[in-house]
Order: sequence, then C-alpha cells, then structure tokens
Amino acid sequence: MSTINIIDFVYLISAVLFMLGIKNLSSPATAKFGNKLSMAGMAVAIIATMASPDMYGFVMIIIAIAIGAAIGGYAAIKVEMTSMPEMVALFNGCGGAASALVAMAEFSGHTGAFANFTIITLLLSIIIGGLTFTGSIIAYTKLQGIISTRPITYPFQQVVNAGIVFFTLFLAYLVFQNPDNTFAFILIIILSLALGVLAVIPIGGADMPVIVSLLNSYSGLAVSMTGFALNNNALIIVGSLVGASGLFLTKIMCDAMNRSLANVLFGAFGAIDDSVADTGEGPAGSMKGFEVEDVAIALENSESLIIVPGYGMAAAQAQHVTRELGDYLSEEGVDVRYAIHSVAGRMPGHMNVLLAEADVSYDQLYAMEDINDDFSTTDIVLVIGANDVVNPAAKTNPSSPIYGMPILEVDKARTVVVLKRSMNVGFAGIENELFFKDNTMMLFGDAKASIQKVLNALRE
Amino acid sequence: MDTGTIIIGLTIFVLACFAGAELISKVPQTLHTPLMSGSNAISGIAILGALLATGRPESINAESMLGFFAVVFATINVVGGYMVTDRMLQMFKKKKRKKKE
Repeated sequence: MSTINIIDFVYLISAVLFMLGIKNLSSPATAKFGNKLSMAGMAVAIIATMASPDMYGFVMIIIAIAIGAAIGGYAAIKVEMTSMPEMVALFNGCGGAASALVAMAEFSGHTGAFANFTIITLLLSIIIGGLTFTGSIIAYTKLQGIISTRPITYPFQQVVNAGIVFFTLFLAYLVFQNPDNTFAFILIIILSLALGVLAVIPIGGADMPVIVSLLNSYSGLAVSMTGFALNNNALIIVGSLVGASGLFLTKIMCDAMNRSLANVLFGAFGAIDDSVADTGEGPAGSMKGFEVEDVAIALENSESLIIVPGYGMAAAQAQHVTRELGDYLSEEGVDVRYAIHSVAGRMPGHMNVLLAEADVSYDQLYAMEDINDDFSTTDIVLVIGANDVVNPAAKTNPSSPIYGMPILEVDKARTVVVLKRSMNVGFAGIENELFFKDNTMMLFGDAKASIQKVLNALRE
Repeated sequence: MDTGTIIIGLTIFVLACFAGAELISKVPQTLHTPLMSGSNAISGIAILGALLATGRPESINAESMLGFFAVVFATINVVGGYMVTDRMLQMFKKKKRKKKE
C-alpha cells in the first residue's frame, strides 16, 4: 500500500464523516454532534493531504491558513444572527474563489499535455467558481443594502447575458484546442467574474433566498469539477453533496413561492412596473390603525396565539422582544406558537435561527404545512413584518403576481394583528387585502418598539 | 487520464448526488440555515487541492502563489463556516415550557 493509497483511504473516511454529519442534521438535538463529525472529516482530510509525498511549501501553507482562519474566525464570531444570509453568501463566494484558484494553479503548474477531460473540468471549475465568487459578492451587497435590492434591469439584458455565456464557452473551446492561448484563458476568467455580477443584479431582494441557495449549489459544483480535474475523490463526493444540498434548498424556496427557477432568475420580480401598479382594483375598505392598548387587550383576552415572523422582524432586530412577549403570554396561560413560512426572511431557515437566538424553544416553531389547519381555531395571530407570505390574494386573486403561492392562512383566525412599518405596499409592490379586512388590526411603527410597548401595556 | 478513471469519477459523482439528496431531504426546515452554512464549510474541501498547489512547487512560482490565495479563501470558508454553524446550533435548545394551569 503506497502513501497515495493511504491518503485516498483517509479521504473515504472523511467523506463518510461528512455524510454522517449531514445525517445528524436531521434533528436539532443531534445537529451539534453532526457538525463536529463534519469538522473531524475536514481535519483528517487536511492532515492526510499535508502528509502527501513531495510537499515543500509548508511555510506558505501555514501563513495562508493563519490568514484565512483569522478572517473566517473573526467574521464567524462577530456576525449578527440577522446578518446570517450575508455571511453565508460571502463564505460561499470564498468557496467559489478557492475552487477557481485551484483550477488556475493546476492549469499554470501543469507539465506536458492535458487530457481532454482534465482541461474541460478545469475550465468549468474556473467559470463556475468565478461566477459564484462575484455573484455571491453582489448578493452580499444587495442583502446589506449597499446596492439597491430592487432588480437592476436594462434593455436586452438576457440577450446580452446569453451572448456572454456563449462567448465564454467559445473561448473555452479555443483554450481546449490550444491550452497555451493565455489571452483567451484570461478573458474567460474576466468574463466569468462579469457573469456572476450580471446574473445577480436583476434579482430582487425578496428572491435572495433562492439565489443564496443556488450559489451554494454552484460552489459545490465547482468543487466537483476541480475534483474531476485533480482526480480527487474527496472533492468529487463533497462537491456533489453540497451541490445537491443547494439545489434541494433552491427547489424548496421556488416551490414555496410557486415560481419556477427560470422565473426567479430572469423574471426581475419586484421591478418597478407601472403597468401593473395602476390596474385600479385595490382592495376595498380602509386600513384600520389601532393603538397599543387595543392590541394588548386583544392579546390578554385570547387563549391561543400564533406569531408569524417575516423579514421585518429581522430588519427591526425584534426577535428578542418577540420572545419576551411570547413567554409572558405563555406564562399567562396562552398557547403560543410560531408559524414560519419557508421563504420568510432572506435565506432558508432565517427566522428559525433568529428565534433560536432569542431562546425560543424549537418545538414551538411550526412549518406552514404543520400549522395551516390550526389558524381557523386560533384566537389571535400576530404578524410581525411579514407581508407576501400572508397575502390572501395568493389564493383568491388570479391576476395577482403571487397567485398560487402557498401562504399562511392567517386571515382565518378570529383576529389578526399586523405589525407594519408604514402604510406602504410590501417589497413586491403588491397590495395586501389582509390589511383591509374587518378582523385585522394594524399597528404601525417599528416592530421592536411596537412589541415593547405592547409588552409594557400588558405588564401594567 | 484514461477512460476508466473518468467513468469511476462520474460513478462516484452520481452516487454521491443521490446519497446527498437522500440525506438532505431529511433535514427539517428549522435547520435549513445551519445546513446551508455547514455544507458551505464542507465545500471548503477545495482546500485539499489548494494545499497541493501551494506545497508541491519546490520554489515560489505562479502555481504556488495561486495556491496560496486558494488556501486563504478555502480556510475562510472552512473555519468561518464551521464556527458560525456551531454558533447557530448552540442556540437551538428545547426548553421546558412553563405554563400556569
């Protein structure tokens, strides 16, 4: 058994550890252990690789690891839970960049002729890794609000993007024919970086959960491609795991919005579209603004409460005070539960993490399909900064852009309290008739401040 | 690279995709963010290729420099991803619910 055989065997062990790690993520009770298994898998794979024959540059490696660990560790400790989508997007981008750089290094260090398969996978790794890198950075800047969360569109956008894709593939063909064509090679790198930017700018803020998931999948795919090129099974296996995980989440997000992936990617959902805005058929009636005391009285007289958080809760950092309110009412004997729509927030599971941070027990959190039948027997629903995911138009109005999207049927509850920042329409620019219903109480203002006031009123 | 090696690689890829999909479909919605950051950390496995690219050249050259930056990026991904996942998972607790009857 040669050293290479031993290293390959260790890679198999680490692949098993990764699989077991994900398997343990099937329950919050075992998830922490699963993450440790996954870390162990990574550690043994790294150690085995360092023990490869003919390794020289240990000093460089140690410096690089120290720099990376310092940056990654610092970011992981400092990041606010509300900013988790941004953090994951950035880490994703790093993964994409790493794959592309490894492929470039392999390309530059290669001696002799390339096998056809090797060069194809190397080029794919560079293209996918490169666009994952810049796409993730754009997603990050959108999530941070550094650039507008509105879709950025221009004429013939899709034609231009498709043209760039074909041109990039053409250049890849040139490099495939002649690996010494450095000019084409560098142009491929630049174009794939540009593609990441161009592909993500037309996508609106509310669609970010899909994009973050999809970029996650791409980073996995890039790793797999690198694995093929280096003939490294560990990379192939892990890349496909991550790729599958990202695609799975992407599909859940698309299903939860009743939209196809193509529609998310090319539909520029949420672009300011005057032709739709003025159809004249706004919901009848008027929004009724209520006072804090009214809401407090309604809550006091209820026996069951379902809290529906949305991105507004994250934006207002209202998760802690929400939990306080929930706990207070629980102690008063109210049955308090939380209903979470799959696309609430800016990434899959965003609301769950925030509520977990605020110390809400995870068995109080319910997914849509587990709680939707219970709204009709619930006294009061508290909607905190959620809009489209509770809009009844998705069920009743075939002309609505969100028609067909599965929603939390909060309007069936006896009373609905909606905490909302202002009278403005939500992100997608769609009127929400829930706000105009007779059994709806609107409480305008910053979610955190509003809940705090309600809580104070209750305690008095 | 001979055709046999390619076929083996593709076989591993396809089977791992199925295994991955099977495992991941069992992850509840509550843990989707940690799943994402955790799988993110795993995708930092590109560090293996990065280590080889940095370590193999006997002196500093283009390959080892590219490898160096690849190691930096991959390490950010691995260390940051695992730490942030661990931080999140620490928060998922099941509390005894107190209720006044």
